[in-house]
Amino acid sequence: MTTTTSALGGVIRRKEDPALIRGRGRYVDDIKQSGELAAAFVRSPFAKARIASIDTSAARAMPGVRAVYTIDDVRHLGSLIAQVPVGKLRPLLADGVVKHVGEAVAMVVADNRYLAQDAVEAIVVDYEPLEAVVDLKDAASDRAKVHDDLDSNVLLTWTGHEWWADVIAVEDPRPKIEEAKQRSDTVTVELEMVNQRLIPVAIEPRSVVASWNEGYERLEVYSSSQIPHALAGAIAKTFGLASTAVHVRAPEVGGGFGCKLNVYPDEVLVCFASMQLHAPVRFTETRRESAVSTIQGRGWVGTATITGTRDGKILGYELRVLADMGAYSQNFTVAIPLLGLWVSAGQYDIPAYFEAKCVVTNTQTTDAYRGAGRPEALYYIERLVDAFAREIGMDPADVRRMNYWKKDQFPAVNNTGLAIDSGDYETNLDKLLAMADYAGLRRMQAEARAEGRYIGIGLSSYLEICGFGPSVLSEIGFGWNNYGLPSSFSGSGLVRVNPDGSATVIIGTGPSGQGHETTWSQIVSSVLGIGTDRIRVSHGDTAESPMGVGTFGSRSAAVDGTATYEAALKVRDKAAEIAAHLMEAAPEDIRFADGGAHVVGTPGRVVAWEEIADVAYRPHRGPDGLDAGLEAHAIFSPGNATWPFGSHIAVVEVDPATGNVDFLRYIGIDDCGNVISPMIVDGQVHGGIAQGVGQALFEEAIYDDAGNLLTASLIDYPIPTASDLPSFELGRTVTPTDVNPMGVKGIGEAGTIGSAQTIVNAVVDALAPLGVTHVDMPLRPRRVWQAIQDARG
Amino acid sequence: MTVNGKAVKGSVEPRTLLVHFLRDDLLLTGTHVGCESGYCGACTIHLDGVPTKSCMVLAVQADGASITTIEGLARDGELHPVQEGFWERHGLQCGFCTPGMIMTAAGMLAENDNPTEAEIRHGLEGNLCRCTGYHNIVRAVEYAAAKMRGDTPAAPEWETDLV
Repeated sequence: MTTTTSALGGVIRRKEDPALIRGRGRYVDDIKQSGELAAAFVRSPFAKARIASIDTSAARAMPGVRAVYTIDDVRHLGSLIAQVPVGKLRPLLADGVVKHVGEAVAMVVADNRYLAQDAVEAIVVDYEPLEAVVDLKDAASDRAKVHDDLDSNVLLTWTGHEWWADVIAVEDPRPKIEEAKQRSDTVTVELEMVNQRLIPVAIEPRSVVASWNEGYERLEVYSSSQIPHALAGAIAKTFGLASTAVHVRAPEVGGGFGCKLNVYPDEVLVCFASMQLHAPVRFTETRRESAVSTIQGRGWVGTATITGTRDGKILGYELRVLADMGAYSQNFTVAIPLLGLWVSAGQYDIPAYFEAKCVVTNTQTTDAYRGAGRPEALYYIERLVDAFAREIGMDPADVRRMNYWKKDQFPAVNNTGLAIDSGDYETNLDKLLAMADYAGLRRMQAEARAEGRYIGIGLSSYLEICGFGPSVLSEIGFGWNNYGLPSSFSGSGLVRVNPDGSATVIIGTGPSGQGHETTWSQIVSSVLGIGTDRIRVSHGDTAESPMGVGTFGSRSAAVDGTATYEAALKVRDKAAEIAAHLMEAAPEDIRFADGGAHVVGTPGRVVAWEEIADVAYRPHRGPDGLDAGLEAHAIFSPGNATWPFGSHIAVVEVDPATGNVDFLRYIGIDDCGNVISPMIVDGQVHGGIAQGVGQALFEEAIYDDAGNLLTASLIDYPIPTASDLPSFELGRTVTPTDVNPMGVKGIGEAGTIGSAQTIVNAVVDALAPLGVTHVDMPLRPRRVWQAIQDARG
Repeated sequence: MTVNGKAVKGSVEPRTLLVHFLRDDLLLTGTHVGCESGYCGACTIHLDGVPTKSCMVLAVQADGASITTIEGLARDGELHPVQEGFWERHGLQCGFCTPGMIMTAAGMLAENDNPTEAEIRHGLEGNLCRCTGYHNIVRAVEYAAAKMRGDTPAAPEWETDLV
């Protein structure tokens, strides 16, 4: 048997689009329930305060108000479930002391959202303000506590060589690094840098509606979630229900980027209210509310040093950071720095030390935001490599090339003891430099400088880790077992050929714009030769899909895609037996293409899928002993993560009078292994780069000293507009992985992991003639202008 | 008011936003709410022919107006060229900003069917997208503009043709 692979690597128009472009897509807030009620929340205006009293009497008496709940009503349900329960878990509503601005204190349920909001205004909470700890360094000093019952604000410290010392032995790199620093022929460069907090800003605010059906004893929930199965598990555990008594559906989801990769108190509380009130209850966050009710990302402050010889050989790299957890630990909160740890040395074969202290503050929780730990880590190493190259007067491309892992070293065991599956970094860089005409760019820059213009060329290389397993990582909490899911990071795919010869594909992912219906149609079509228009893909429905852990960490194609591919192979093998019987041929001579089975070397002999399916469902017509039916389910548990990579170049011009940064070009060469749809892969990179640009130039979640979030609106938190971005110039290299049979890696986060440092490197390169060595993100005009003024003295 | 060519009537509280009247009373849920503050543009409709953010208009202010929502943009089953462009050039991912983006782009091209890339980008500044980096949205609008002028749109950028 061979596989028809024509649909892999090709492009079809997205199957998702016809509904969406007509305004007929169904997002959670579009799915109206008969008799539904609306929930709204009273939220804390203080970062830390004791709740002396909550007076709900006026609110309860208002027309249309059905209920008001406080922690006293829901304390018996316990805290919000987290997968990595290190630190303080979030109570469903504030319990005694609020710990951050925006923490939910009381929930109102009323006949509609307007009445619910009116009632929120009528609730009087008497707060006794307490000293809040907002600044990360201040919190790490333990001068004051975020949680009085925790020993320290520092929850734990991850190090690159001891993150799992019981199992993975890694040599402490510090003696080697120290020795390198002491050598007379080396230079050491140090930078303290902030990788600022960000707000994810999915354009669809989070929305959930729950209906308790007493007759069936079943909760039916629609939620804008990336992890419908985990949500179902969390609800079942919280209410003591059987897992089969909770049905969660994530329909169209309007962007996730990690912020919908959490279970939230409101998702649990609308279930509670529905069970109490015997009516569907909906909550949809407002934009301003979203900034404090949905997780934030990043938030590292740290110092990095790099040591190397004057001819470019890097002999040591150290990164010590404080990572801001916010007040409460949710899903993966304290594990996010671990993702950065694994790629902390980037593409380089160098002694590297990594240390991240996970610190709580009186701010909103942080968790996974696109890239999650990896953009932070790559930002530090790639800024430092550039600073080192500048210090020794070498071209940054040459320094990178000299220190890369070489093609023949893979699988390469890195500074954290994990094996990078595959790579060819030099070929990737060469392609980028050629596509950008790097030498020409440098000439252009020199000419511009001679004219007094500040043109910068920024280069960076990134390494990503994604598509997790292996499942053994669940032993340290890196899995989904706390939600009662039957898999750690496994993927799931069911492929069924229907009696009419069409196919149904049911998967365990929870996409939010990644085009899974299209991509999975291509995967199955490539194996079975059934047209993509005759393949229906279903996802995000816990009653329909066998199991799944959702969509995050650039995992879906590499893990659930592989499971689906393997299920399709099983179906194909059975279908080949049937087709061989019908055509009196040998199964190994059967090929599937163009809607049916063919006999190799015998043109014209063909049976259509309709006929094969007919036999499968009426097995007396088939070979002896044929089991009825034509479907297969496969679970894929990967033996390793996958490790995509790439290099990017940004060309910018800085206006020294205003500090404004203009893009001239952005060029990226990414390597995600084999590509299923070039159109979708490029689209993922575009969006990823845009979010890196947002971090580099515009976005920052700013808290004042009292813990007020000053950037809760889109005017104060400007994400990139169409005018802020250039058209991107993309290319790719293809280095397949052997971790899965399709050789695919992952592309959802790559653009974000690769871009912020590329842009900052470009701006610093532009300003290098002035002596500027670093500007902290976001590089808004005032900050860049100030750096220019400071450099000019 | 007239919505998508049909006369509609309703009785609302004075404070009801137009977008909520469209979504909750008329069940035209293609018009999305992204920020309730006029920045994101997901709620863009045509109000008397002009692209308008319907979260910034009270339903009562639109009394007697003629409104087109995304559901009314295709005529007799034929996609508007901008809708077609978004499908042909992968101008959407999650699709949440898409109805507003399409309504803004359709309004822009009605004024000028031969915009430069800079003009397209400027014209879309009031509509935020978090998925696409706007790259393919610009390609989609260029595709639509070419179709509206009667020209052949430029070939897609990906390596292989549509199959």
